[in-house]
Amino acid sequence: MGEQQRHSGAEVASFLLEREAEIIDSWRRLPFFDSGDGDQAQVERDCGAVVRALAEAVRTGDEDDPAAAPFNSLRGLFMELAGRRTRFGDSASEVAVEAGRLKGPVVRLWKSAGGHRGVEQTALLVDALGTLRVAVMEIAVSTSAELIQQQQEQLLELSTPVISLWRGILAVPLIGTLDSARSQIAMESLLQAIVDQRAEVAILDITGVSMVDTMVAQHLLKTVMAARMMGAECIISGIRPQIAQTMVQLGIDLEEVTTRAGLADALAFALTKIGYQVTAPTGAIGR
Amino acid sequence: MSRVLAADTMPIRSEGDIVGVRQLVRQHGAAAELSLVEQTKLVTAASELARNTLLHGGGGKVEVESVEEDRRRTIRLSFIDSGPGIEDVELALTDGYTTAGGLGLGLGGTRRLAGEFEIDSVPGEGTTVTVRFHTRVRG
Repeated sequence: MGEQQRHSGAEVASFLLEREAEIIDSWRRLPFFDSGDGDQAQVERDCGAVVRALAEAVRTGDEDDPAAAPFNSLRGLFMELAGRRTRFGDSASEVAVEAGRLKGPVVRLWKSAGGHRGVEQTALLVDALGTLRVAVMEIAVSTSAELIQQQQEQLLELSTPVISLWRGILAVPLIGTLDSARSQIAMESLLQAIVDQRAEVAILDITGVSMVDTMVAQHLLKTVMAARMMGAECIISGIRPQIAQTMVQLGIDLEEVTTRAGLADALAFALTKIGYQVTAPTGAIGR
Repeated sequence: MSRVLAADTMPIRSEGDIVGVRQLVRQHGAAAELSLVEQTKLVTAASELARNTLLHGGGGKVEVESVEEDRRRTIRLSFIDSGPGIEDVELALTDGYTTAGGLGLGLGGTRRLAGEFEIDSVPGEGTTVTVRFHTRVRG
């Protein structure tokens, strides 16, 4: 860093620190600093931390490096602010646009302050504010990626509950798209539940599955075979008319598998299978 | 007289893209007012062919086009890859024949699902599979 640049940096840093109160005042209502709890004192503290970090960055010549110590010190704050926005569905670029709005008021203040404002000093200030935005963007992108990862894992867990319908009868309601990862998890939790609960019948209900192509069918058939090896009879229920027609045309052979249209029929079949008799009470209308 | 209502192209490079292809094709099917059964067949065929493009063609792309012609709508799907191609198309269409450890029903099954079905494959250059689904003639 040259002597001249060091001097300019110090000049910009002292401008930022001297005008901290005014800068905070111009930032405090920006959506970027909105932490959602309406705590104005906290917003002012956050703004102040950003101003001081900017001053530190220009003073040490780190205005171009989003990974440098001054910007790194804001990591926690940005994770909180950007993380909150991405959780509410804002994209990383929307968060970055909001961070970009911090620049205008500061540059205006710099220009209006009078005195001699050199090109080099202005460039330093603008660079530092641009780097701030990059730092925010990086954090927003990484929090969105983390969020997506988390949601995928949650979805995997959510989508494969094994329900005990009766002593010895289990049901797995499958929903949405059955890719390899999800059917693997469904199969594992079903097989474990068959062992744990000594189930004799397992029902795979596909009412919520939007489409059965040959890969999905293969996963279903493998699960049925594996359950059979564990000594449980497996029933596939919830085959909707359009799915049935499509499967027939595809040539998928379910002849070896017990199927029922609805979960209720499957349960009735399963109860009969383990030795119960399903009858309506005397005098009841219909079944 | 034929009129293009909508046309899209989408890359197929990962399992995730197959989900995207199904969603895109479903939108075309719903916009063309295909019956629920036809929509399910359309989406299932798209899923099979997209997976073939990924597994056998090493990735590629799909073109989806909705056309209005002679008072009916047609949805054309073309799956294009520049993979190794298919040596023996008849064998590949045979039920139970598989090179990917699947059920071996994808290609033959898709031919049964679609109103029209064409394979254009040159070994060493690539494969294009085109299927067409038609709505019933209106009015």
